[in-house]
Amino acid sequence: MLLLQDISFNRDNKQILSHINLRIDTGKFVAITGPNGSGKSTLAKIIMGMEKPDSGAILFDGQDITSMDITQRAKLGIGFAFQQPVKFKGLTVQDLIELATGNKIKFSEACDYLSDVGLCAKEYIHREINDSLSGGELKRIEIAMLEAKKSKFTIFDEPEAGIDIWSFNNLIQVFEKMHDEIKGSIVVISHQEKLLSIADEIVLLNSGKVVNHGKREEILPLLLTTNRSCSRFRELEGGATKCH
Amino acid sequence: MSLDSLEKHMLKQIADIEEVPMGAYNIRKDGKGIARNTTSNIDIVPKKDKPGIDIIIKENTKNESVHIPVILTAEGLKDVVYNDFYIGKNADVVIVAGCGIHNNYCETSEHDGIHTFHLEENCKVRYVEKHYGEGDGTGKRILNPETIIFQKKGSSFEMETVQIKGVDSTVRNTVAHLEEDTNLVITERLMTHGTQHAKTSFEVNLNGENSSTHVTSRSVAKENSTQEFISKVIGNTKSFGHVECDAIIMDKAKVISTPEIVANHLDANLIHEAAIGKIAGDQIIKLMTLGLTEQEAEEQIINGFLK
Repeated sequence: MLLLQDISFNRDNKQILSHINLRIDTGKFVAITGPNGSGKSTLAKIIMGMEKPDSGAILFDGQDITSMDITQRAKLGIGFAFQQPVKFKGLTVQDLIELATGNKIKFSEACDYLSDVGLCAKEYIHREINDSLSGGELKRIEIAMLEAKKSKFTIFDEPEAGIDIWSFNNLIQVFEKMHDEIKGSIVVISHQEKLLSIADEIVLLNSGKVVNHGKREEILPLLLTTNRSCSRFRELEGGATKCH
Repeated sequence: MSLDSLEKHMLKQIADIEEVPMGAYNIRKDGKGIARNTTSNIDIVPKKDKPGIDIIIKENTKNESVHIPVILTAEGLKDVVYNDFYIGKNADVVIVAGCGIHNNYCETSEHDGIHTFHLEENCKVRYVEKHYGEGDGTGKRILNPETIIFQKKGSSFEMETVQIKGVDSTVRNTVAHLEEDTNLVITERLMTHGTQHAKTSFEVNLNGENSSTHVTSRSVAKENSTQEFISKVIGNTKSFGHVECDAIIMDKAKVISTPEIVANHLDANLIHEAAIGKIAGDQIIKLMTLGLTEQEAEEQIINGFLK
């Protein structure tokens, strides 16, 4: 279980996150959504340790991890799929999957992970993670890596970005498989209705604040109203916040 | 013949062998040949006018290899050697060279190997060269290899050079002359540390129609070391040349890359790509999210880059 207590984060005199309190239970599939600039990616980075909050605490399975670095959090079982996957000259798909698992892997295992994201292992396993791969291919490899890592708590930052519809359906299956097999928590930062519709819970962020958090059945219908987005958010916030 | 443990260790480092190799070989230690073997297709003849050997490979020789490693362990030795390779028509061979210096002394040890390759029509050569230095002495370990390649019609030459550890100073010169329908692939891997200096210079002359070359250099410069990379590809006819030079710079190291491509013909298609930069921060962060420490991440990135 992950607990964020009163997390605030400022950058360049701008408040990015303001007094965030959030609880993500073990085994839950949680989607975090909200308009651009609402603080979603920053929140994800704060959970992974890639950004340090100015105030507040983060507890993971009861342990205070606020001062832990990225490596320590990764070892405790937190995983992170980048919105824009990183390229490496020289390191291959196999190298990265092995680093993710912490072991040498058999071809058949790599094949499982890669075919889950719609890639043929034979063709990709020895490819370098460099410019020769398309954005969509890099994204799929990134997701395969997180599937291989088998973290207790995995964050996917906009996994659908740059992925075509065909791969997107695969992606949903991967999340469902990870959810079933690992029984950990999955947090997805997303705007995609289809991803929101498979979540157990939805968190809505706006202007760095959690403006709504609840079961999918409760939140999703509010998000899917035909209202223009501004009035929709106004409604969700009880008309309190100005639309930007 | 039997090799002692130091000889075996050095051979393992530079030629990935621990015993005398299969096929033709010439092992040179401290300025003298200590073991030699020839086959019915590959002859090795010592030169009479200067130090070195002629390696003569008969035409149509297939799937054979020649190993010519050099080991330096004596104090203050400057070894200069001239090796000429004559590769017959349609031959397909692997040549493994390499030099290892084990210097436990105060005096400098130096090996300058001048290798000239004469490739006849339609032959195919893979040439692997590894340079390595070690030892507790304060004496410098210097390696200055020079490679000259002449390629006749239809031949191909693949050269792989590696210098990862322990060489204080190196000046590497490679010059190639390509006739029609030839291909030259050069892959260089280099790492310097401490106060080491490495200078690499490639010159490829694309003289024959449809000749082509790919030169790839990947290097890592650490600590206070310096590197210089000079490449020149000259397209004198319809030809293709691609040079890719990538360097990772760390600590207080310095890297200079000087590209030169010369098109003397309308159909000469020449590309040069060069990049120098430190390890990208997001690469380290990505590997840390997989559970590696910052230092382990850095090692993985460098090992992968130089693989």
